[in-house]
Amino acid sequence: MKRWIPLILFAVLAGFLYVGLYLNPREVPSPFIGKPAPKFVLPVIGQPGTTFSPEQAKGKVWLLNIWAPWCVSCRAEHPFLMQLAQSGISIYGLNWKDKDREAEALLNQKGSPYIVTVDDLDGRVGIDFGVTGTPETFVIDQAGIIRMKHIGPIDEAVWKKKFEPLLDKLEKTT
Amino acid sequence: MKLAVLLFAFAFAAPTLAGEAAPNADNPEVEARINKLGEDLRCLVCQNESLAGSRADLAEDLRREMRKQMKAGKNDAEVIEYLTDRYGDFVLYRPPFKPVTYLLWLGPVIFLAIGGTIWYVTLKRRHKMQDQIQPDSEALKKAAALLEQ
Repeated sequence: MKRWIPLILFAVLAGFLYVGLYLNPREVPSPFIGKPAPKFVLPVIGQPGTTFSPEQAKGKVWLLNIWAPWCVSCRAEHPFLMQLAQSGISIYGLNWKDKDREAEALLNQKGSPYIVTVDDLDGRVGIDFGVTGTPETFVIDQAGIIRMKHIGPIDEAVWKKKFEPLLDKLEKTT
Repeated sequence: MKLAVLLFAFAFAAPTLAGEAAPNADNPEVEARINKLGEDLRCLVCQNESLAGSRADLAEDLRREMRKQMKAGKNDAEVIEYLTDRYGDFVLYRPPFKPVTYLLWLGPVIFLAIGGTIWYVTLKRRHKMQDQIQPDSEALKKAAALLEQ
C-alpha cells in the first residue's frame, strides 16, 4: 500500500492541473444571473434625440452585446452577429467607451446587427453591468431578468453550446 | 545646444506631471481612502493586480466611481458593496466567510490538522520502536570490550 502513495498523490495533482488547463480565469462569475437588468437610459447612436432603456425591450428575449469600435474581438464576432440578426434574434448594442466616436461610421460601413446601439461614452452603464472588457453579451428574458452572461466573442460553436439551448428554453416559457 | 535640449525636455515634462497629479491634488483624504480600499480589491482586467495599483483603463474608471461615491458621503462598506453588486465577491481579495468559501477559509486549518495527525502518529510509532529495542547484557558487554581496545 505504502509505495502507491506517491503515485496516488501524483494522480490527484495531475487531475487538478488537467482541469485547470480548461478553466478560463476571465470567466468571472456574474452576480447578475437571475436578477433584473440594471436600468439605464442612453442616447441611441445614429438617431440624435432618441434614447433607449431596457424597458423598451420588455416582452421578448433579447441580447445585450457590449462592444466597442476599438475592440478587435468585437470585429471578429461582427459577421456572426449579422447572421444572428438576419435569423431574427433581437440584439441590442451598447457601445462602450467610444472616445474616438467611431461607432456610427463603422456601423454604416460594415452594417449593424443591432436593433439599436446605445452610446455609453464614460462607461458607467457598462460598470453597472459588471463589464470587465469587450465583447460581453447578456441574455435578457421577457421580464427583463438577466439569464446568462457570456464573456468574449460569440461564434457558431459558442452559440450552439451556450446560447441556443437557453434561448429555446426561454422562448418556450412565453 | 545642450541647454536647448534640456529646455525642450522640461517644456514637455511639466505638463505631463501636472496631468498625472491632478486627481490626487483634488481631495487627498478621498484618495487615501481609495488607495487603502483598493489594496484589497482586485483589478478585473489584470487580475493579479490590486485596484489601487492598476493602470488599466477599467481600474481607473472604477476608482473614478469610488471617488464619486465617497464624495457623495458613502462610507467604505457602501463603496465596497457598490463594487460587489456589480462584480461579485471576485473583486475582493478577502472573500467573505460563507458556505461557498468555507473550504477556502478552513482548508489551511484542515490541512494543518491532517499534517499534525501524521506527525503525531509517526512520532508515537518511533517511540514505540525505540522502546522495543532492549539490548541484552551479552551484547552490551561485547560493545564495552570493543570500545576499550
